[in-house]
Amino acid sequence: MNTIAAPLLPPSERADSYLSAGYSVRSWLLTHDHKRIAILFAVSITLLFFVGGTAAALIRLELLTPAGDLFSAETYNKLFTLHGVIMVWFFLIPSIPATLGNFLIPLMIGARDLAFPRLNLLSWYLYIAGAVVTLGALIAGGVDTGWTFYTPFSTLFSNTYVIAAVTGVFIVGFSSILTGLNIIVTVHELRAPGMTWFRLPLFVWAIYATSVILVLATPVLAMTLSLMAFERIFRIGIFDPQLGGDPLLFQHLFWFYSHPAVYIMVLPGMGVVSEIITCFARKRIFGYRMMAYAILAIAVIGFLVWGHHMFVSGQSVYAGMVFSVLSYLVAIPSAIKVFNWTATLYKGSIHFEAPMLYTLGFVGLFMLGGLSGLFVAALALDVHLTDTYFVIAHFHYIMVGGTVLAYLGGIHYWWPKITGRLYSDAWARFAAILIFAGFNLTFFPQYLLGVAGMPRRYHEYPPEFQVLHVLSSAGASVLALGFLLPPIYLLWSLRRGEHATANPWNASGLEWRTSSPPPEENFKEIPVVTGPPYDYSPREGDSMFGDAMDESEASTSRP
Amino acid sequence: MSALFPWTPAASPLAGKVDVLLGALTALTGVVAVTIIALIIVFCLRYRHNTKADRTRAPADQRHRATRRIELAWTIIPLLLFLGVFVWAADLYYQQHAPPPDAQQVFIVAKQWMWKVQHADGRREIDQLHVPRGYPIKLVMTSQDVIHSFFVPAFRAKQDVLPGRYTTLWFTAERAGRFHLFCTEYCGTDHARMIGEIVVMEPEEYTRWLASGPAQQTLAARGERLFRTLGCSGCHGASATVHAPPLESLYGRPVALATGRTVIADELYIRDSILIPTKDVAAGYSPIMPSFAGQVSEEQILALIAYIESLRDSRGSQP
Repeated sequence: MNTIAAPLLPPSERADSYLSAGYSVRSWLLTHDHKRIAILFAVSITLLFFVGGTAAALIRLELLTPAGDLFSAETYNKLFTLHGVIMVWFFLIPSIPATLGNFLIPLMIGARDLAFPRLNLLSWYLYIAGAVVTLGALIAGGVDTGWTFYTPFSTLFSNTYVIAAVTGVFIVGFSSILTGLNIIVTVHELRAPGMTWFRLPLFVWAIYATSVILVLATPVLAMTLSLMAFERIFRIGIFDPQLGGDPLLFQHLFWFYSHPAVYIMVLPGMGVVSEIITCFARKRIFGYRMMAYAILAIAVIGFLVWGHHMFVSGQSVYAGMVFSVLSYLVAIPSAIKVFNWTATLYKGSIHFEAPMLYTLGFVGLFMLGGLSGLFVAALALDVHLTDTYFVIAHFHYIMVGGTVLAYLGGIHYWWPKITGRLYSDAWARFAAILIFAGFNLTFFPQYLLGVAGMPRRYHEYPPEFQVLHVLSSAGASVLALGFLLPPIYLLWSLRRGEHATANPWNASGLEWRTSSPPPEENFKEIPVVTGPPYDYSPREGDSMFGDAMDESEASTSRP
Repeated sequence: MSALFPWTPAASPLAGKVDVLLGALTALTGVVAVTIIALIIVFCLRYRHNTKADRTRAPADQRHRATRRIELAWTIIPLLLFLGVFVWAADLYYQQHAPPPDAQQVFIVAKQWMWKVQHADGRREIDQLHVPRGYPIKLVMTSQDVIHSFFVPAFRAKQDVLPGRYTTLWFTAERAGRFHLFCTEYCGTDHARMIGEIVVMEPEEYTRWLASGPAQQTLAARGERLFRTLGCSGCHGASATVHAPPLESLYGRPVALATGRTVIADELYIRDSILIPTKDVAAGYSPIMPSFAGQVSEEQILALIAYIESLRDSRGSQP
């Protein structure tokens, strides 16, 4: 079924992997290997995910009762700021590009590393520096502005560690820019012979488009945050009307970055899901070219819709109309992707291992998140829904239901490749179902809360909203349990898991044409590509684990 | 309000229209969501790897003509539906921003963390707004500090309140009762306590409520007194010797500026002319007016505006 002769390595040569290339701390902290840097990123963002998640758990705990009885208003405000800042800049934005993207892009295009290995390491150090500064500010004193840092509150009124937190975000922005730059150059320059643009896996397309957004949008964030710091420190009037500034200017600049940032967060997830769904349906992805164009369309139009965050801000009615119609336009390619994933299942030969469960969860939740986007893009409806829990539910369906599920799906799919080990599929499926159920119980009630008029960022609330808040908090505890499981069984697999073969899923794609884990130089010989991606053909009773059966150990590893 | 879902029925005609749009969009997206989820479930069951389903002639190749037709259909149909929703919602949004000319004006000043209300007749309230049922009310709002947002879920109406400028929000309450007022733009520590209520009363009850308050000057009369005590009348008054623009019949009219531009003399123009007199100088006048920034509060500016507005028809009369 493969168009390329697979240079499968015998198990005896497994010792010769990027993981066995060195065991010292130094061999990790000074590595130039994209695969090791990906793991450095994965460990760091996982830690910060749990920091941000703890804040979310505390928020949900406070909201169990209408009275603000667990935390003071100030502490609550600092908690949701910490949750937002950490999750957006230190988890979601680097999540898939810096870990799976970093690890897989060179493998998928048949390259030995990213174009600039040292720059790649610098990206990670910048990330750590930014994380230390921001986390220091958030934990030492706290920041109470919300992750949006709206002026003039953030510049002249908040008495918290705004500058320090913003400095960390500023630094981590350079990490994003360097990662993006590295990936753009790599995809342009280092594709293997025969790997034409329309033979690229959709994951590569998605990470490529994301990188373009990272490089173009992140500098605007850096400028905006700098202007904010100038106003706060030197009292130069930019955003505060008392000093002659314009508070809406901040919102325009902020969302000019932060709306494309939404696509930075979700496009890579779309890429991951496209890889998994085609592999587990044993069928070529439906409408490959349309999918690639849709990714690019989202990246481009995504730059033109920032004003839909400002329909009640006081911007002109006609500007609102332009941003609304553009928002509907950007919804079209997203809709196309959902249709294409669904059509890919048609007449497939579908397997339901853990990566596929995460992926199906992604498709459902991303679709619900996207459909709720049609509500907030509708001008008159957004007037009612904006800044209520409806918006919270909407973007969590996209960011958690979408990006986090795709990230987990990707981690499970490529885990054998990354670590050379197989995890317990039963536990992984259980976690996927738990996360899916917990997620819906947490966030679906929030749609209803929003429609009923419950404002966001309230640490106490009128009693009639309590039932829905209790449901949401109950869901959050299920969700938290679900998120705690994967680290446990995945780490367990590192010691006790079965060894993985080069291609345990019988998948197409160059990353499966080298050993698991791959050697330091990725491929003993650079592969030559002769055909389009996703060379799957569904057959009745088709086994996913065809070439894994060659090795006796693999057959015992599957349940 | 049920305990399970605290939905507030629409309490204004526009809110009713928003609810119709909400219902229609819920139905549309509901059909799409149910269809897609049903398809996914059916495909997953039917094409499980160990079932004996027909898997021949699957439309996988993008050059396939049928595939192209399908792709075209699911691009164009959603696009048309989306454009329909856009037009519907945009038209309604326009109505939300077009107060009827006879709307009663009420001034709102927001500050951390309270809503200060000034009625035209001089009555003031904090965190409460009494309005008569059945009459259009137009709120002219500004903030003394950070950005706030005035949100009344029962009216499906929300508008950010900004420092340094005026935003407006209008509604006609059609049900008597008490409705939540929330601040929905995060504004600092006690954001969650910046709440209040809209009290909608039957018109005759409202008249009694107005009369029951302490006897006081109208807002315009308060503005007129300020106009004299701040020394405005020294230049803008009828007997002034200084060459300053007359303010009678200024409000709402176009003003030719020294720069050649023309602006409408609305609330913001009057406010800016008091605080930043050099910003928009009327044609034919020299920029000799001193700034009153830091000398007048937001409420006093609103009183001055109400006074200047009252000059539109006949000097000193109430709006």
